[in-house]
Amino acid sequence: MSFLDYAPAPESTAILNLKSDYGLFINGEFVDGHGTPFATISPATEKTIATIASANDEDVDRAVAAARRAYDKTWSRMSGADRGKYLFRIARLVQERARELAVAESLDNGKPIKESRDVDVPLVAAWFFYYAGWADKLDYAGAGANPASLGVAGQIIPWNFPLLMLAWKIAPALAAGNTVVLKPAETTPLTALLFAEILQQADLPPGVVNIVTGAGATGSAIVNHPDVNKVAFTGSTNVGRGIARAIAGTDKRVTLELGGKAANIVFDDAPIDQAIEGIVNGIFFNQGHVCCAGSRLLVQESIHDEVVDRLKERLSTLRLGDPLDKNTDIGAVNSAAQLDRIRTLSDIGEAEGAERWSPDCVIPTDGFWFPPTIFTNVSTSHRIARDEVFGPVLSVLTFRTPAEAIAKANNTPYGLSAGIWSDKGSRILAVADKLRAGVIWANTFNRFDPASPFGGYKESGYGREGGRHGLAAYLKPAGTARTVTASPASDATDSAITTTKESAK
Amino acid sequence: MTETQKALVPRPTALELFDGPVTDASLRRYLEGIPGVDAVGLEQRAANLGSRSIKTTSKKWALDKIIELIDLTTLEGADTPGKVRSLVAKAITPDASDSSTPRVAAVCVYGDMVPYAVEALGVHHAKGTDSGINVAAVATAFPSGRASLAIKLSDTADAVDAGADEIDMVIDRGAFLSGRYGQVYDEIVAVKEACRRSDGSYAHLKVILETGELNTYDNVRRASWLAILAGGDFIKTSTGKVAPAATLPVTLSMLEVVRDWHRLTGEKIGVKPAGGIRTSKDAIKYLVTVAETVGEEWLQPHLFRFGASSLLNDVLLQRQKMTTGHYSGADYVTID
Repeated sequence: MSFLDYAPAPESTAILNLKSDYGLFINGEFVDGHGTPFATISPATEKTIATIASANDEDVDRAVAAARRAYDKTWSRMSGADRGKYLFRIARLVQERARELAVAESLDNGKPIKESRDVDVPLVAAWFFYYAGWADKLDYAGAGANPASLGVAGQIIPWNFPLLMLAWKIAPALAAGNTVVLKPAETTPLTALLFAEILQQADLPPGVVNIVTGAGATGSAIVNHPDVNKVAFTGSTNVGRGIARAIAGTDKRVTLELGGKAANIVFDDAPIDQAIEGIVNGIFFNQGHVCCAGSRLLVQESIHDEVVDRLKERLSTLRLGDPLDKNTDIGAVNSAAQLDRIRTLSDIGEAEGAERWSPDCVIPTDGFWFPPTIFTNVSTSHRIARDEVFGPVLSVLTFRTPAEAIAKANNTPYGLSAGIWSDKGSRILAVADKLRAGVIWANTFNRFDPASPFGGYKESGYGREGGRHGLAAYLKPAGTARTVTASPASDATDSAITTTKESAK
Repeated sequence: MTETQKALVPRPTALELFDGPVTDASLRRYLEGIPGVDAVGLEQRAANLGSRSIKTTSKKWALDKIIELIDLTTLEGADTPGKVRSLVAKAITPDASDSSTPRVAAVCVYGDMVPYAVEALGVHHAKGTDSGINVAAVATAFPSGRASLAIKLSDTADAVDAGADEIDMVIDRGAFLSGRYGQVYDEIVAVKEACRRSDGSYAHLKVILETGELNTYDNVRRASWLAILAGGDFIKTSTGKVAPAATLPVTLSMLEVVRDWHRLTGEKIGVKPAGGIRTSKDAIKYLVTVAETVGEEWLQPHLFRFGASSLLNDVLLQRQKMTTGHYSGADYVTID
């Protein structure tokens, strides 16, 4: 036998206690939806996991009404310290049920269990712990003394990090004193519904968090609901644009975290072995379903061949397969639709003349799979160098000088993240100063922390999530009436962020 | 060993690489031109490799493999012929209750204990071949390396004359840290020459970097290149007398050098983490790291060893557990 054919080490699904049907979570309890229910499937096997209720306009209305009631009667009147207690309780329950949540996430999303176990779920708990600490310290959040909450927040999250995106949205909203109506993505509603059970366990007052499942129509019902004060969205730039249009002219506040086409810049003095790991982690983490993925590798021409050789060697050791196996590195693509998009863009890449390479790997017959793929000979005009693939597909481009690297990195309508690999600290700082991206990683990639703000430039969206900056999206200065469209202090905060970033140009 | 007989001094591929004589200046240029190591990234990669889940058949295979790769070691001031005989007996029969248990690769002792080890091994002495158990001796004023070159060379020659098949030498860390790379290099070349037997064959040379004293991963990487360039057959992490001894990130970094050397020259250099590896669980992490970094081919006594003493009994307990389905206890394996 070959040692490297590690014996199967699957995480057991016995820990799950799933229902066959899930309703909507409104006012603290599960209720029937009035839209057509849909099935959520495991993308690794295409087997149905559970039937999920779909919320129509009336259901959304009920959810918003419940959130409004909870806001007026309970949550906005509660002391920050007490809100913090609930958040701490939620964080601890997430930790207690970590294994169950990780298994459910991998089952529903297709991501490897080692990622849901070691990254997603621990970060979810960390996010709640972090914002629990803020709940009674809002005076120091940057909006002045006694800042006010906004009201009801409508939140729409994507399928790539279902539970983590939920935490990014709910934790700061609740800490700041808002109530929530949240819609998980239709392909990955499972962990949000388990989270609803956790809220029941935590005895969170009814209506503070409402979870409505459904497709795009449910989402637009939330966005367009007149009693929603704040819309927070993470997802594609296209949908984000629609949301921005829909709320234009209303007094709703909005934050959008959209797509990206991040440059991962490798200089010739980079710590090469760690850079290779960083490139792999940058684009193949979570099957490349990461808005901040390092999908454009910009490598200094003098080390291009060496980097590509080493990269290919490393990719050959990646294990694609059962997301629940603890040794799996690459899981399943989340949906048939996403697989189609990855295939289409990859075929276009090949047709445009880029050179395509994937390691030999056995693709399971059922489910949605795409092998880790790299394209060399890519030029900036190729679509695979411009469009967000949102899959395990890396485009390799070259540069000659730092100036060219900066120009190429910034030459994209997006601006979410970037990576720099160099042993020279002064170069890292100088280049980071000139990159127009919300997050820049130096000698690492795809690292997240609740204390660090995250968000984009240009078509990657507006607003920041995480850290103190993430609270600004859910607060307004004391005494600001709800009808005032733009609160001066929050503008000041926003423009302060912009100024800092823009002055870096 | 057949391969070492071909080895010349200094390593011919090194001379080709330098395209001329190896001097202090040329070594410095070369070693300082090696890409740096990012400590955070290296440790993260090692931690990821350490999280592989090795179960059932893979675990069974791994446990046997670990035993085959052990240099069973006693390096105490209090070592006596009796202690060495006991160690050798353990090496020959690791688990008296299970004759299917493989034997360890070698016993590792101080130079003056080599005759007793050779005598105790008798027919089981492999004498550098793959069948049986080899005798490894630490030399060159182990563990500090603080002695004159002449002493180090005669220390080495003594052990080889007494029948040692493998020499575990220490580098002069003082010289390395003060930037005298040429001196470290020359010393390794000279010790390699002292490993030559009267019949022209060489004892296998393991070069101990003592990574705990080198302190940075950049230093470990440079010292690894230096040891390989000078003709070491193996690079070894530690003496076991300095903390920290072997760690997974340090070993990973050395394996990366070995992989790069193979890519460059086609030559295969061995790696030996030593000191601090006490449990099967830890040892399995090293097997995973070797297999996923340089390839599964390295998992053979020629190319990978564990320097350990208490590891063996933990592996035996795990092995018994896999056979019988229940844990026994420390009294069900023999001490040496």
